[in-house]
Amino acid sequence: MLGLNKRDTKFLIIVILLTLFTPFLMQPFSENSALAQFNGGYPDLMAKVAIFGIFAMGFNILFGLTGYLSFGHAAFLGVGSYAAVWMFKLLTLNVFPAIILAVILSAVFSLLIGYISLRRSGIYFSILTLAMAEMSYRLAYSVLTPLTNGETGLQVRPNDPRILDSATSANYPNLFGLELSSSYKWDVLNHVFTFNVGYYFCAVIAIIAFYISMRIFRSPFGLMLRAVKTNQQRMNYTGLNPRPYTLAAFVISGMYAGLAGGLLAAMDPLAGAERMQWTASGEVVIMTILGGAGTLLGPVLGAGSIKYLENIFSKINENVLHDWFSFLPTGLQDAVVWVLSRFTGEGWALTLGLLFMLVVTFLPGGLVEGGQRLVRLFRRRGKPDGGDDPQHHPDPAPHVAE
Amino acid sequence: MGILEVKNVNKRFGGLQALKDVNLSIMENTVHAIIGPNGAGKSTLLNVLVGKLIPDTGSVSFQGKSVLGCKPYEINQMGISRVFQTPEIYGDLSVLENVLIPCFAHRDGAFRLHALETVEHETGMIEMAEKMLLDVNMQDKKDMHAASLSRGDKRRLEMAMCLVQEPKLLLLDEPTAGMARADTNNTIDLLKEIKAKRDITMAIIEHDMHVVFSLAERITVLAQGTPLVEDTPENIKGNPKVREAYLGTAEV
Ligand SMILES: Nc1ncnc2c1ncn2[C@@H]1O[C@H](COP(=O)(O)OP(=O)(O)O)[C@@H](O)[C@H]1O
Ligand SMILES: [Mg+2]
Repeated sequence: MLGLNKRDTKFLIIVILLTLFTPFLMQPFSENSALAQFNGGYPDLMAKVAIFGIFAMGFNILFGLTGYLSFGHAAFLGVGSYAAVWMFKLLTLNVFPAIILAVILSAVFSLLIGYISLRRSGIYFSILTLAMAEMSYRLAYSVLTPLTNGETGLQVRPNDPRILDSATSANYPNLFGLELSSSYKWDVLNHVFTFNVGYYFCAVIAIIAFYISMRIFRSPFGLMLRAVKTNQQRMNYTGLNPRPYTLAAFVISGMYAGLAGGLLAAMDPLAGAERMQWTASGEVVIMTILGGAGTLLGPVLGAGSIKYLENIFSKINENVLHDWFSFLPTGLQDAVVWVLSRFTGEGWALTLGLLFMLVVTFLPGGLVEGGQRLVRLFRRRGKPDGGDDPQHHPDPAPHVAE
Repeated sequence: MGILEVKNVNKRFGGLQALKDVNLSIMENTVHAIIGPNGAGKSTLLNVLVGKLIPDTGSVSFQGKSVLGCKPYEINQMGISRVFQTPEIYGDLSVLENVLIPCFAHRDGAFRLHALETVEHETGMIEMAEKMLLDVNMQDKKDMHAASLSRGDKRRLEMAMCLVQEPKLLLLDEPTAGMARADTNNTIDLLKEIKAKRDITMAIIEHDMHVVFSLAERITVLAQGTPLVEDTPENIKGNPKVREAYLGTAEV
C-alpha cells in the first residue's frame, strides 16, 4: 500500500493509530486520583509532541542518515514561525498559506546555510551551522526588528491588514473557519478526554511527514545518504557526488523544521527570536539521539518523551514535593525535598542532562534500542528453543531501525 | 592510440620529483602492469589518473578526452573505476546494498533525487547486483554486513562494485598486498575470469611478481618517477636494466 511493503504498511498503521488515540493514551489516570498530575492529554502538550516529532524526524533525515550533525536547525524552526505569523498578519488566519510559506522560506534559508556549511564536514560543519544559527538569532533579535519585532516577538494584532479575511472571519488561526483552539471535551468515567482541532491538524501533518520520511529511508536516495555516512571516498570513486546528496538532505530537514515552526505559530500565533537560539538547536539533537538516531520512530519517541517529561517535571514544585514526602520527619523531609527540587521545576534541564547521559552510555541506540532489547528478552523467555529464528518471528525491530 | 594516454606528466612534492616525464599508453583490452620499487611513484601515477592529484605539467586523456581537472566522480562516470590498496567499501551497509549503489550511479549519474522511489521496487537494479555477486561468488553473503566480511571478501566485494559499473578501464592498486598465497591465487583467478568474460582494460600496480607475470600482457617498469622500459612480460624478465633497477632487489 502507498508504495510500502507489508511490514512498513503495518508499521505505518500502528503509528497512525497511536497518533489518533493520543488523547486517550496520554490521559491514563482519572481526574481525582493522585496520579492525575501525570496526565499529559492537554491539547497544547500533545500538539507540541507532534510538532517536535516532525522537527526531530526531519533532523534525523540529515543526522541519522548522513551523519552530518547540525547544531543550527532551530534557525529554520524560527524562520518557519516568522513566515507563518507574517502570513497571518498580511493574508489570512487560515493556516494553509502560513504553513506553505513556512516550508518554502525555510527551504530557501536552509539551501543557503547548507550550501555554505556543507563545504566542511565533521566538527567544522557543526560549528558552521551553529555560527550561522546564532547569527540568525542575533539578526532576528536586533537588526531585523522591522521584520521580527525584535525582543517583543512578532504577534497578530487586530489592526493587521489580513487582506483575504472578511470582517466576519475567525480571529484565531483556523482551518477554513474551524478554529484550531476549539476542542471537544469528553467527560467519561472520571476521565476528561480533550479532542482538539489543533492537535488533530498537527497529528495529520505529522503522519504525512512520517510517511514521507519512511519513503525517503527506503528510497535509493536514502541509500545514498547512508553511503555518505559510511564512506564518502568510495562514493566519489563510484561516480557519485556526495555534495548534492547532503545538500538535498539538509534542505529536506530544513523544510521539516520550517513546517514544525509554522505549526508552532499556528497553535500559538507568535514568533520570537529565542526560538532560534542554540538551546533549541541542541534540544532537537538530544531528542533524536535519545530516541535513536537513524531509526524511523526514534526521533518521534525522543521528542515525545522529552516534551512529556518536561511538562511533568516543570510542574513539580517544592509544595508538591513536600506533599509527597510529608510522611518523613521534618528535617529529613526538608533535605529530601531540597535535593529533589534541584531536579524538578526550574531544574528540569538537570534531569534531562542525567537522562541523556544514562541513555547515551547504556543505550547508544536510544530508546528504540531499549525497546528492541526488551522485545528480544521477552521473546527468549517466551520461547526458549528456536525462538530467535527470524523466519518464524519476523522481528518488529528492524523496520524501526534501518 | 591507447585508451589511456599519459603525456609528459611531471609531479613534484616539494623538492621531490615523484613523477618525471612520464609517457604511458595503455592499449584497449589489455592487462597492463606497472611495477617498480617502493617510492617509484606508482601510486602517485594512479592518483593522477583518477583525478585525486593534478600533475604539474603534461596531459592525461582517456578515450581522447582530457581528464585533467575533472573530479574523481566525473572521471569514474567516464568509465574508469578504481580498486584501492585497502578495500574501500560501505561497511555499515549490506553486501547487496554495497553493489546496488554503483548500479544506481551507473544508471542515474552523479546525482539524482530519487527520494520517493523504493529500493525494493528496483528489480532491474537488484537483479544486476545479484548477478554480479554471483560472478564473484558472493551470492550467499548478500545480506551480510559488509564490515564483517573477511579481507579477501572485502576485496572481492570492492571488485564487484567496480565491475558492475562496466568500466572501460579498471585500475587496481596492489590488489594482493598483504594477502595470503591462497587468497592471492583466488584473486588472480578472479581477474582472469573477469578478463575472459568481458571487454575490459586493466591497469595493475603490483609488487608481487607472481601476480604480474600471471596476468600482465604489457609491463611498464617505473623507477624514480620515470618509466624505464615498457615491454612484454617475457622481455621484461630478460632485460638486464630491469634486473638492475628492480628485480635484483626483490625476490622473483
Ligand atoms: N602526498 C604526498 N606528499 C609528499 N610526498 C609524496 C606524496 N605522495 C607520495 N609522495 C612521495 O612520492 C614518492 C612516490 O610515492 P608513491 O607514488 O606512493 O610510490 P609507490 O606507490 O611507487 O611506492 C615517494 O617518495 C613518496 O614519499
Ligand atoms: Mg603505492
